[in-house]
Amino acid sequence: MTEGIVLRDERADTSPIVSDEVKYTTCYMCACRCGIKVHLKDNQIRYIEGNPDHPVNKGVLCAKGSAGIMQQNSPAKLQKPLLRVGERGEGKFKEIEWEEALDLAAGWLQDVRSDDPSKLAFFTGRDQSQSFTGWWAKQYGTRNFAAHGGFCSVNMAAAGLYSIGGSFWEFGEPDWDHTKYFMMFGVAEDHDSNPIKMGLGKLKTREDAKFVSINPVRSGYSAIADEWIGITPGADGLFVMAIIHELLAAEKIDWDYLKRYTNASWLVIQAEGDAADGLFARNATGTTLIATATGELLPHSDRKADPVLVGTYTLPSGKKAVPAFQLMAERYLEDTYAPEAVAERVGIKADTIRRIAAEIADVAFEQEITLDIPWTDWAGRPQEKMTGRPVSMHAMRGISAHSNGFHTCRAIHLLQMLIGTIDVPGGFRHKPPFPKPCPPGPTPAGKETAANTPLNGMPLGFPKGPEDLLVDEAGNPKRIDKAYSWEYPLSAHGLMHSVIHNAWAGDPAEIDVLFMYMSNMGWNSTMNVPDTIRYLTDKKPDGSYKIPRFIYSDAYHSETVAFADLVLPDTTYLERWDCISLLDRPISSAHGAADAIRQPVVALDRDVRPFQDVMLDLGVKLNLPGFAAEDGSAIYPGGYSDYMVNHERTPDVGPLAGWRGEDGSGQGRGGANRAQLDAYIENGCFWEKKFTPEQSYYKFANKSYLEEAVHMGWLAMPSPVVMEIYSETMQKFRLAARGFGDRQPPDHLRDRVETFFDPLPLWYAPFADEDKGEGFPLHAVTQRPMHMYHSWGSQNAWLRQITARNPLFIHADTAAASGITDGDWLWVSSPYGKVKAQAKLMRGVNPHTVWTWNAIGKRKGAWNLKEDAPEVTKGFLLNHIISELLPPREDGYRYSNSDPVTGQAAWYDLRVSIEKCDAADFGETEPMFEAQGAAGLPEPTELLRYGANLKGEASHLDPVPMKDWIGNRKENAGKKSGIKPGHGNQIDGDSEKEKE
Amino acid sequence: MTSLPTTPSKKKLGLVIDLDICVGCHACAVNCKEWNTGGHSAPLTDTDPYGADPTGVWFNRIHSFEVENEDTGGRTVHFPKSCLHCDDAPCVTVCPTGASYKREEDGIVLVNADHCIGCKLCSWACPYGAREYDEDAGVMKKCTLCVDKIYNPNLPEESRVPACVSTCPVGARSFGDLGDPDSDVSKLVAKRSGYDLMPEQECKPTNKYLPPRPKKLGNDAPPPELAPVADSSAGVIARWVDKFLSA
Repeated sequence: MTEGIVLRDERADTSPIVSDEVKYTTCYMCACRCGIKVHLKDNQIRYIEGNPDHPVNKGVLCAKGSAGIMQQNSPAKLQKPLLRVGERGEGKFKEIEWEEALDLAAGWLQDVRSDDPSKLAFFTGRDQSQSFTGWWAKQYGTRNFAAHGGFCSVNMAAAGLYSIGGSFWEFGEPDWDHTKYFMMFGVAEDHDSNPIKMGLGKLKTREDAKFVSINPVRSGYSAIADEWIGITPGADGLFVMAIIHELLAAEKIDWDYLKRYTNASWLVIQAEGDAADGLFARNATGTTLIATATGELLPHSDRKADPVLVGTYTLPSGKKAVPAFQLMAERYLEDTYAPEAVAERVGIKADTIRRIAAEIADVAFEQEITLDIPWTDWAGRPQEKMTGRPVSMHAMRGISAHSNGFHTCRAIHLLQMLIGTIDVPGGFRHKPPFPKPCPPGPTPAGKETAANTPLNGMPLGFPKGPEDLLVDEAGNPKRIDKAYSWEYPLSAHGLMHSVIHNAWAGDPAEIDVLFMYMSNMGWNSTMNVPDTIRYLTDKKPDGSYKIPRFIYSDAYHSETVAFADLVLPDTTYLERWDCISLLDRPISSAHGAADAIRQPVVALDRDVRPFQDVMLDLGVKLNLPGFAAEDGSAIYPGGYSDYMVNHERTPDVGPLAGWRGEDGSGQGRGGANRAQLDAYIENGCFWEKKFTPEQSYYKFANKSYLEEAVHMGWLAMPSPVVMEIYSETMQKFRLAARGFGDRQPPDHLRDRVETFFDPLPLWYAPFADEDKGEGFPLHAVTQRPMHMYHSWGSQNAWLRQITARNPLFIHADTAAASGITDGDWLWVSSPYGKVKAQAKLMRGVNPHTVWTWNAIGKRKGAWNLKEDAPEVTKGFLLNHIISELLPPREDGYRYSNSDPVTGQAAWYDLRVSIEKCDAADFGETEPMFEAQGAAGLPEPTELLRYGANLKGEASHLDPVPMKDWIGNRKENAGKKSGIKPGHGNQIDGDSEKEKE
Repeated sequence: MTSLPTTPSKKKLGLVIDLDICVGCHACAVNCKEWNTGGHSAPLTDTDPYGADPTGVWFNRIHSFEVENEDTGGRTVHFPKSCLHCDDAPCVTVCPTGASYKREEDGIVLVNADHCIGCKLCSWACPYGAREYDEDAGVMKKCTLCVDKIYNPNLPEESRVPACVSTCPVGARSFGDLGDPDSDVSKLVAKRSGYDLMPEQECKPTNKYLPPRPKKLGNDAPPPELAPVADSSAGVIARWVDKFLSA
């Protein structure tokens, strides 16, 4: 070592005062809703970290949550209500006072309500308060309400809720502690992302489990999978059915589970041409029937009955019936589902499909696990142990965003039922309030609406049959988005992606006011951007806009702001009260029920208001029942926090489940507690009630759990939830299509309903493959980078340093065949247009698929980014070449580009071709749109020195000892042998220690 | 030039990064940024944050790339990289002012901004590219291993770990004393064959990387093939009828 300078007085300050105060709240940088600790110093945010006690994130925090400071610091924050003064799209506004803005909005809304409330289309996007906004729509009286689930999650929600009473999405999770074989279908980085990351870390570190990723792209989670299967997009259902074929043929199925917990044994009437064909056989009291080995027909609820799953039986009526299982088995045993038959279409070798099926069978049936937890089933029969087949599955966006997503998701659930892995040790676990009865809950309201009159129920619900559709006498849609019509009967989340087009087209009816919140529908959703801009700006011959009024609420200067007539600026998530309620979208885990609040942690510095407060104020101005008292005064004068504490949806059940009742002792039920929010804040802004071990699995048939669920208000009765391999609900729609019943589809829709309302899972090619496969040889899909999923990240000074532009990723061999090299500019064409993008070659992608990061491209002038920002010049959207409509039928009519069962937008169906640009065209993306106005925002800074004034003063305390930290979550330690003290990593010798 | 500690302590604080489970989510990088922009080296300046070339100081960056392998079909690797707090840190010995130094008590390599003249010799000397020059401040900055967090009695005990470690959702990052062979992190490194990054540079990095575990592709010990119980689909159903309805 050379002799050199040694300075002796440079001891670093190891003990600065970090913050003046730490406040707990709930993150809103995406949809996870993690608990956070916000350190505040000198009225600025010093640091945001995960709350170690929180049930969702247990102390971790992702890149988005960690970038919250820059979201709060964003120069794109709207400052004041805006009234449009230029043409729509120009972004020219004048600032107005809130009283004027609210009076204006209330005036427009009152005019509509006094005439026909359904002329208001109220769609709330990324809303996390849907039980509140849905109730507002109900009290106002419009059926035209939904959030963004129609282009996000509804295939997963509906397929799950119509099959197993729960769903993947974020409403269930693999049993990370016990699963030995985990299959993830498609990109799933979008929901539950911190819990899934934590689970994957735990699962891989256990070293006794295999993680299989079925995904066209080997990015993100797929990168750490033991096996990556680069499937062709939209073919997952066929792959799953081939696995089912293999399992059935080899008799690797859980007979007992099917008999006890599913409707596999229920007898299905076989009477072609009869109104009862395909319905379940029932006794005089309406209970479905099963057959025993001796041919006796008994109600399925007979506790002593041992049903059989095959055979043909004669009903008292003389009609024949067979168990649902047999219909299912006959279908998938067909040679058309054999691995060889599907391999090419699926893009996976037959040998691989066969091996995966064998691996599933091996883990499920040869590696069964048993937990020594006695429990009692719904019928009171004591069970000594909890047995599980440790195969688990998860799916979300990659399955959901295809036009065959509903049936594909149902096929995955069928596979889970066949091998008995739902809500068992090692399998997929429900999170409360799920499971619910299949299908769950109330039906959609709004068959009839009247001036100045609330709806008789919530606008969104679950149809149980054709009688629950919202259609007129001729069978035409009643809702502006055509939800719950014969075109998309089970559209339980609405079709937000159809609203703007339909409102423009006046199809099925014109509206007067379009009111949207927190969803950038004018830019990157699932719709075609140039068309959407046209719909929003198009005028009638008299010069007025075709969509007469557009009110929009957003916290930031998004592309959609430019098209609004009136902008109601929202706060950031750190400036507001909020509740994450079990009434809409809970944050429970498989271990227990939970809900949470947000509290304001930083003071407002501009003239904006929380959206929910604004809706309460509008409710009072409109004199809506529930919002305004008889004397016209506000029922919740304290705003949303007042509502959170004092609103009761049904007696003793309100938005928050914790600390209810006057003394705060109520959980789930109890009157209002004035100190409820204090109790939440004291507890870190969340409430959790953990299950006892005996309530933890088999929840669909677990007496203790079912009774708890009734007490908490999640279930009406402690009856078992029977899972449906065969959907009679679907068959009811099909029978209507065949000409039975009072309510039948219009003739031109009969074939469509007949085809897609198959009571068993079905696979068909995504519509884009059928219609436009020729000439467009490549599939094109998107995902968002993990540091931006579900976030507003492109304006975030830190996150945009990670990703500010997006290339088109192409398999190297595919690129080579077209003479494309890294960095070339390409025209990417679809039947709907073309967009220019820069190529990036890779190998971890299905060769017939190209992909890109979604929602990076920004319109010039939006988000207060400079006009030469890479998001503008090089970032592109595939939306420019996606259509929200399918090509015209023969009669010119265009269906929504959506799943025909649920209305889920099919934005992953896209087919494209690629062609290298002329060198002269290299350098900038196209199409390029005119800049939108700055809406009175300040110039963004050139230099950020955030934190320069936050460096702590030395506390001059003696240094404390440092400690080792393995993995990072003490919370997760100890549940499984060999992991200590965090879930991250395993050390030699620990396994033995833990077992002792 | 600056000396390394003449009497280095046995304590060598550092990170262990598990490449088997890193999904490349950037949580560690951003949480590091937010802690440190108000910490020892505050601020981590960002230039042109809303413009054409947003560029800032980051102590931790994630590199994503593909590695091809004919046998296993290749792998996508997410590789987080920050200062490795080397034993033989060339960034220290090259420093003309003594600004760059290695702490005697725990081996953490720090920069004293008051003495840094922004000559950038250290960034040239570091083979890992782990130094971050703050153009605005005119000084070199780098990972501090959250020296103002890990010992800080003003924070609850569970928070006294580097920000990148406490925030990592998959648990891919561990922290501890790699100079103590009995520490949990040292045992982890031993068990998982943790390795030095670019050992040929002879910097003796403290941080260790854990290689990806072998993939379970199913080819090594495949389960028994599934054998159909009958020749045809009708045969399978007929078999079940026989089996279950024999009574």
